[in-house]
Amino acid sequence: MSADGRAIGARLREGDLSAAPAALNLLESTAPADREQATALMRVLSPAALGHEPPGHIIGVTGPPGAGKSTLLSALLAHWRSQEHLSVALLAVDPSSRRSGGSLLGDRARIEHDPSDRAVFIRSTAAGERLGGLAAGTRTAAHALAAAFDVVVVETVGVGQAETEVAEAVDTVVVVVQPGSGDSLQFLKAGIMEVPDILAVTKADTGQPAMSARRDLTAAMRSLGTDTPVLAVSSLPPPAGITELAQALAAHRAGCEVAARRRRGRHAGALIDFAAEHGNRGLRTLGGRDAAQRLLAALPDDLGEAEMVAALEAALAEASSPPVG
Amino acid sequence: MSEAVHPTRLPEREKPWMMRTYAGHSTAKASNELYRRNLAKGQTGLSIAFDLPTQTGHDPDEELARGEVGKVGVPIAHVGEMEALMEGIPLGEMNTSMTINATAAWLLALYIVAAERQGVPQERLTGTTQNDIIKEFLARGTYAFPPEPSMRLIADMVAYTVGNVPKWNPINICSYHLQEAGATPVQEIAYSLSNAIAVLDAVRERLGGQADELMGKVFGRISFFVNAGVRFVEEHAKLRAASILWEEIGRERYGVSDPRQLRFRYGVQVNSLGLTEAQPENNVQRIVLEALAVTLGRNARARAIQLPAWNEALGLPRPWDQQWSLRIQQVLAFETDILEYPDIFEGSKVMDGLVAELLAGARAEMAVVAEHGGAVAAVPYMKAALVDSHRERIRRIEAGEQVVVGQNRFTESEPSPLTADAEGGILVVDPAVEAQEIEAVRRWRAERDQAAVDAALADLSRVATEDGAERGNLMEASIVAARAGATTGEWAGALRAVFGSYRAPTGVGEASAPAGTASEPERLAALRDRVSALGEQLGRRPKILVGKPGLDGHSNGAEQIAVRARDAGMDVVYEGIRLTPSQIAASALQEGVHVIGLSILSGSHRELIPAVMEALREAGVSAPVIVGGIIPEQDAAALRQAGVAAVYTPKDFDISKIMSEIIDLLGTSANADGNGAASPSAPGTAARPAPPSAASKSAK
Repeated sequence: MSADGRAIGARLREGDLSAAPAALNLLESTAPADREQATALMRVLSPAALGHEPPGHIIGVTGPPGAGKSTLLSALLAHWRSQEHLSVALLAVDPSSRRSGGSLLGDRARIEHDPSDRAVFIRSTAAGERLGGLAAGTRTAAHALAAAFDVVVVETVGVGQAETEVAEAVDTVVVVVQPGSGDSLQFLKAGIMEVPDILAVTKADTGQPAMSARRDLTAAMRSLGTDTPVLAVSSLPPPAGITELAQALAAHRAGCEVAARRRRGRHAGALIDFAAEHGNRGLRTLGGRDAAQRLLAALPDDLGEAEMVAALEAALAEASSPPVG
Repeated sequence: MSEAVHPTRLPEREKPWMMRTYAGHSTAKASNELYRRNLAKGQTGLSIAFDLPTQTGHDPDEELARGEVGKVGVPIAHVGEMEALMEGIPLGEMNTSMTINATAAWLLALYIVAAERQGVPQERLTGTTQNDIIKEFLARGTYAFPPEPSMRLIADMVAYTVGNVPKWNPINICSYHLQEAGATPVQEIAYSLSNAIAVLDAVRERLGGQADELMGKVFGRISFFVNAGVRFVEEHAKLRAASILWEEIGRERYGVSDPRQLRFRYGVQVNSLGLTEAQPENNVQRIVLEALAVTLGRNARARAIQLPAWNEALGLPRPWDQQWSLRIQQVLAFETDILEYPDIFEGSKVMDGLVAELLAGARAEMAVVAEHGGAVAAVPYMKAALVDSHRERIRRIEAGEQVVVGQNRFTESEPSPLTADAEGGILVVDPAVEAQEIEAVRRWRAERDQAAVDAALADLSRVATEDGAERGNLMEASIVAARAGATTGEWAGALRAVFGSYRAPTGVGEASAPAGTASEPERLAALRDRVSALGEQLGRRPKILVGKPGLDGHSNGAEQIAVRARDAGMDVVYEGIRLTPSQIAASALQEGVHVIGLSILSGSHRELIPAVMEALREAGVSAPVIVGGIIPEQDAAALRQAGVAAVYTPKDFDISKIMSEIIDLLGTSANADGNGAASPSAPGTAARPAPPSAASKSAK
């Protein structure tokens, strides 16, 4: 028996945080019955059905292994809960090797949180076979949780170009950089300067290295003609720069076109899902990637991703059915 | 003859090593009686086992202490209990070893004040505090503070004792637990000596201008606590290699030249990892052979020995079991002739060759640790290396490449009369102890001079926040707090507030993917196929939560299950140690796991497992629970009664078989309710109510 997707969606819409586990169980599932219920769930939460975008702030936190993401998130989580009283959902995507198919999901243990706090939800998933750093279902899950939680964090391990998929799935991207590790240089070379909305240089307590990393990155950002904020943070007690980071996050969100950004994200997501299901051949039948993009752009703005995929599939069925008469 | 140059016999029989028994349970009073009986039997020193709340800095009435009070050792919450523990034992003459680490400074402070009240000044005290925090991060898990402040506590303690308690060994660097965690002899030498270097460097820095003058004394007070496995020839070589390297480090790194200060002094508890639950009587001969490893050659003989009991893989040993182990030592020391000769391996080419091999390996591995920035910074590296070594050991036993008599070979056995009594031949701690101790600590707090305690704790916090060369010594502030009547939980709480708390790396995330040369690729491949098929059926890849409820930090077993589950293709949420029942329930629910694996070795399963089942039921999680640990059969039956799907004990050494059974279990529950995930429970699949005894205990 599959869970009732509509009911779970309705609970999230009403702000019932305890619906999160059941929602994730559905959204992560590949079983056909679950897929159907997952679609029903997402229909309830589409902008069209809600009358607005799900209100939570979806934040992507990414960076190389060892940069201090978990420690930073622990400090941010403490700040959001104790200072701003915001509910927080955290989707931790683990890059573990899929050589055996299995993975060890360690983030839950690394991120300090109060297990009795009902307003904090943490879910770990393996990135799996998916390239681009996100697990299947993470994008839709973030969208669904944003209906109930004030903040939804998607944490991924950045390995170069992969950050771009994260950027398409969230409202604000924070790239975490560790000073003195050559990360900042890597970062400049990797050509992903357009990805971050905020740069956080960790381990500010190290003093000089953190300061110079911050200076280099600020200069690099200026030379690109952007004014992306570069913040220095220290998560060790006493934490420093955490309040400033939280403020910068809120400021970015207030200044960005959330609806437009999410729509672009849904377009990209719908294409990925469609291609995963129907392959390049499906795309060719539609007339190629650009044609599919145009098709999506012509749809109403407030459709959910599931409806967008459905529209592409309808177009595919039409294009492949033999002419009548 | 060449007798004058190289005598065959010593002029007189050598004095035996110090004989101890690792003991303590229930209450200070009960443990005091046990110690006095042991001393009457010819034991020559004390070895105190503290319970887990005391080891991790919690009072008996804190939530995390539940189920653990008085279990694996004696609870000592304040100076009154330390006095009761030592009543009638003259501390001026006794040599006392305390297995205490994170809270070592505190327990030594309590010991000093207890002695003071017996009229014995601290200068006269002799003994050892284990105080080796790095191996707690690596293998044993009873840490309380993050690495940096933990090292500071140790440095303060060493600086204090060198000046004020000159005959005390303030730290006992442990290779023992590294072997229990799977270390090879080379890793055991390399990691423990790297660890000693980290400590000595911290003390040298602490001493500042006095370092040149005092380093020889400090070096001479560092002792070791080692392990010896049943491959006793190689094990003996390991100790010879360690003593050569130690002397070298003393001379070259710290400029020590006095030969007495350069001596590698060590105490031993021989191997528990190799003791079996199957045919447990065989453990006696294993223990005897392991004792030979540390006594045979005079040049690397132990200073103090404590032997495990034959039934340690079954549960807590009784006084009679421990007496048997003491008698082994006494036969070795007083009946055999090993104490009559000079070193019997001197000039042996085989022994020298073995030592040279181990030295080369250890030097190379120490260089790797140094490249990682020393032992403190290299904890994640060493932890992952140990998890890998342990996995290899288990693989060899599973594949029959390493013979374990009675377990993977010669398994036919007559029923054992040793385990035939009602309790199965082990000690069971009276469950009423916990309630008594909670009551006792509350009474203590109510009756003391609260203003004096508050002032002492405030001063402790102030010293903890100080920085730089001029900072105060935490040991002094701790002694004042001990005198005032502060409790173990208050002392640790004050320091946690300043230092922060900490979770050590689990090592499993970093453990390498299965080697292509695994001897059982077919079995693993078959498991993966079944896991994939199950994933199709469930809609998601099977997801397992592995964790350890309670304070027990012996995580080796849980880590091996986690790593193998990953290798078999499952998604594994591994949360490590010290989880409360509600934490486990919250994780299981949020993560949507299909099965939950819990591991407990401290004997607190009777209280904790039913409490976890209850918490899961309250959270609406229906995923099946499996339990592993040192669990006597009659307890296993009770756990199954309480709704546990399967119980595994040390005799279940074949982890692939355990995996296969987990897959069976998930296949069944998937068929039963369509989706075995931790979703609100379907009627009939929920955990049955906990038995009344456990339920009443868990209601605190």
